[in-house]
Amino acid sequence: MMIFVIRRVIQSLVVVLVMSLVVFVGVHVVGDPVHILISDDMTQQEIEDFIRRLGLDRPVHEQYFHFLANAVRGDLGNSFVYGEPALKLILQRMPATLELALAAFLLAVVFGIPLGMYAGLKPESPASRAIMAGSILGFSLPTFWVGLMLIMVFAVMLGWLPSTGRGDFMTWDGLRHLALPAFNLALFKMALVTRLARAGTREAALQDYVKFARAKGLSPARVVLVHVLKNILVPVVTVLGLELGGLIAFSVVTETVFAWPGMGKLLIDSIQRLDRPVVVAYLVITVLMFIVINLIVDILYSMLDPRVRLKEAKA
Amino acid sequence: MTRFLLAVLFAFASAGAAAQELRVGLGSEPTAMDPHYHNLSPNNSLLSHIFESLVGQDERQRLTPDLAESWKAIDATTWEFKLRRNVRFHDGTPFTADDVVFSFERAPNVEGSPSSFGIYARGKTFVRVDDHTVHVKTAAPYPLMPNDLSQVFIVSRKHGQGAKTPDYNSGKAAIGTGPYRFAEYTPGNRIVVQRNEQYWGEKPAWQRVIFRGIKSDPSRVAALLAGDVDLIEQVPAVDLERLKKDPKLTISQTVSNRIIYLHLDHFRDDSPFVRAKDGGPIKNPLRDLRVRKAVSMAIDRDAIVSRVMEGQAIKAGQLLPEGFFGVSPKLRPVAFDPNGAKKLLAEAGVPNGFRLTIHSPNDRYPNDAKIAEAVGQMLSRIGIDTQVVTLTQSVFFREASTGSPEKGPKFSFILVGWGSGTGEASSPLKSLIATFDREKGMGASNRGRYSNAQVDRMINDALATVDDVKRSDLLARATEVAIEDVGIIPLHYQVNTWAMRRGFAYKPRTDEYTLATGVGKAN
Repeated sequence: MMIFVIRRVIQSLVVVLVMSLVVFVGVHVVGDPVHILISDDMTQQEIEDFIRRLGLDRPVHEQYFHFLANAVRGDLGNSFVYGEPALKLILQRMPATLELALAAFLLAVVFGIPLGMYAGLKPESPASRAIMAGSILGFSLPTFWVGLMLIMVFAVMLGWLPSTGRGDFMTWDGLRHLALPAFNLALFKMALVTRLARAGTREAALQDYVKFARAKGLSPARVVLVHVLKNILVPVVTVLGLELGGLIAFSVVTETVFAWPGMGKLLIDSIQRLDRPVVVAYLVITVLMFIVINLIVDILYSMLDPRVRLKEAKA
Repeated sequence: MTRFLLAVLFAFASAGAAAQELRVGLGSEPTAMDPHYHNLSPNNSLLSHIFESLVGQDERQRLTPDLAESWKAIDATTWEFKLRRNVRFHDGTPFTADDVVFSFERAPNVEGSPSSFGIYARGKTFVRVDDHTVHVKTAAPYPLMPNDLSQVFIVSRKHGQGAKTPDYNSGKAAIGTGPYRFAEYTPGNRIVVQRNEQYWGEKPAWQRVIFRGIKSDPSRVAALLAGDVDLIEQVPAVDLERLKKDPKLTISQTVSNRIIYLHLDHFRDDSPFVRAKDGGPIKNPLRDLRVRKAVSMAIDRDAIVSRVMEGQAIKAGQLLPEGFFGVSPKLRPVAFDPNGAKKLLAEAGVPNGFRLTIHSPNDRYPNDAKIAEAVGQMLSRIGIDTQVVTLTQSVFFREASTGSPEKGPKFSFILVGWGSGTGEASSPLKSLIATFDREKGMGASNRGRYSNAQVDRMINDALATVDDVKRSDLLARATEVAIEDVGIIPLHYQVNTWAMRRGFAYKPRTDEYTLATGVGKAN
């Protein structure tokens, strides 16, 4: 177990290193941040001074080694736009994104599993067909469009909920602000969970242990909630664990549409303004997060399922 | 039950809108609360609630007394500014000449500043004469002194000494003299300011103003429609007609100080994106005045304004709209005349036209790529086969400024815009028309490398003439000569648009600023 973890940590460091190189070179070929940042009135001389101050006059590999040397000490560079440490900017906005991602995650589970199980138990009923049709919509409608429609209906026409922005955490106002973006972000995952749960339920319903439970005369509720639910949870949990990382790292569209002050909005703004240090720091953090989540999932797996042995993962 | 829930929801929805509170949806957010960090419209706009300059600019960018009550040139190279008495900073300390001297020391030296205020402070020596008098000395006569000083905010010396940008962002050092005081700054979310009850001027109308950054256009409009904000800036042209018809809303518009224009290659005989009809080399016809005139005449500005800009623009005949300091009363937009253009091409020896590529950014100005496409089609109609290439701004501006092998402009024919921050004609003349000279800082954005000794002389004369009437006249004449010579081709001035809930009124500004001090209650 220990050896497995150590090996994984070393592998992860290599991944982070390679990724930082790819991103660093990537943001370099995209465009030049200087002409976005400066004001039109600046003279050529001042522009050149500015370029020198940011170190952008040096060759890419020198900039990269400079970045690495600082990164080792925990300094991922200062934002070109905000002049503050990139790491600080990202961490500052992380709570908003975590709040949104976890709320969306919760919605996906709370709605997705019951709907999927119902559709799996009664595949022929009109309600099930409606659920499955709905899940296709959830998959295929573009997030930004759904987001705008939600705003139009619930904020503009009905006036029930605020259209954009974030309230204070865990207050009534905060929850009202959270509702639409969380639902918007959850929609895709909800569709995914529904389909997973339905497939699992249909399979489980035909298994011998379910038939046996029925034959024993257990109440239908107990059959469904204990015997079926427990067994379909394994794949659902696995997939959701992996999806959570995506929810946190790339809720860019939802955050933009709802003006949610999270990391995703920071990322997209930074990409547009070519704020290289922030983009690089963001992706480094994202990769680290995925690695940690995957590591935890692997360890949990070995704990949940005794058939899985961690030492077999030699690759 | 549902009824009850709805009632609760409604109660909460309306509770937020207190009578004394103003909520503003911004299209672009400031990048810091440090008034000397980033010379950028969103920053300057927001920070003018908290901080003030010696000289102010009204909604048409005319200079007005602010922290300085009066100013005059006392000799050729010295300006005297008489400071307003009885002005206090938000912490109660009195405002004096020391704060002025300190602010101009700090402004050019902010660590990590992406675009510094140095351009307004350098070359000037600030001398404190007494508590309420400051002398500003320059090496040569400098008529734009009040304009320059209107661009730099005065900070408190007591709190500013040693303060870095994060100290302003946290609010610790964000102590100014302005009508509102700093209350909250959450980057990416909102900025809150509170009424300064001790303000020296007219009592500010709002108890509390909340600015929220809502960058996405449809979301910003939706926030207004939903009543979550009272006022939005940068109203997207596509929504304007609908919003105008909405009885719950009011629209406020004015022409902006930003012109959209075309720059053409004046300096290369072999221009990289000009080719003969057969694709072979050709002596750059854009250097011929008749061809430049033909290009300008081939453009149907009315069509661009009405179709591409959906009425959100005013066709342009010079560098700034009428009413600004130093504009020419004579110049009119060039009339659309494709036949005349063809005749001129024939006279210039290219009767069948040539091949040309127009480069344009596609994410910098409203509809920039579409304007370039329209221009391309119009030129193709008179025989100049025009290919349209649009680029993202980060690539476009690098290439357009320094993309050639000699680190000069790369393109032959570009679409760009220019906003005059100082609100007078020397700004575009100096940057776009004057001969490129890196040492003197002239022609910094002259990406066509237009050069005309007569115009240069007039610009330099104007920049050394302190007398307003004479300078205005010189600037107007320089503009006339440059435009007659088709140094650049003006297309249109943008229109700035705000939308607000009925019951609110906004004094629209040419400089695109959104100021709570300009928002009132309509009757």
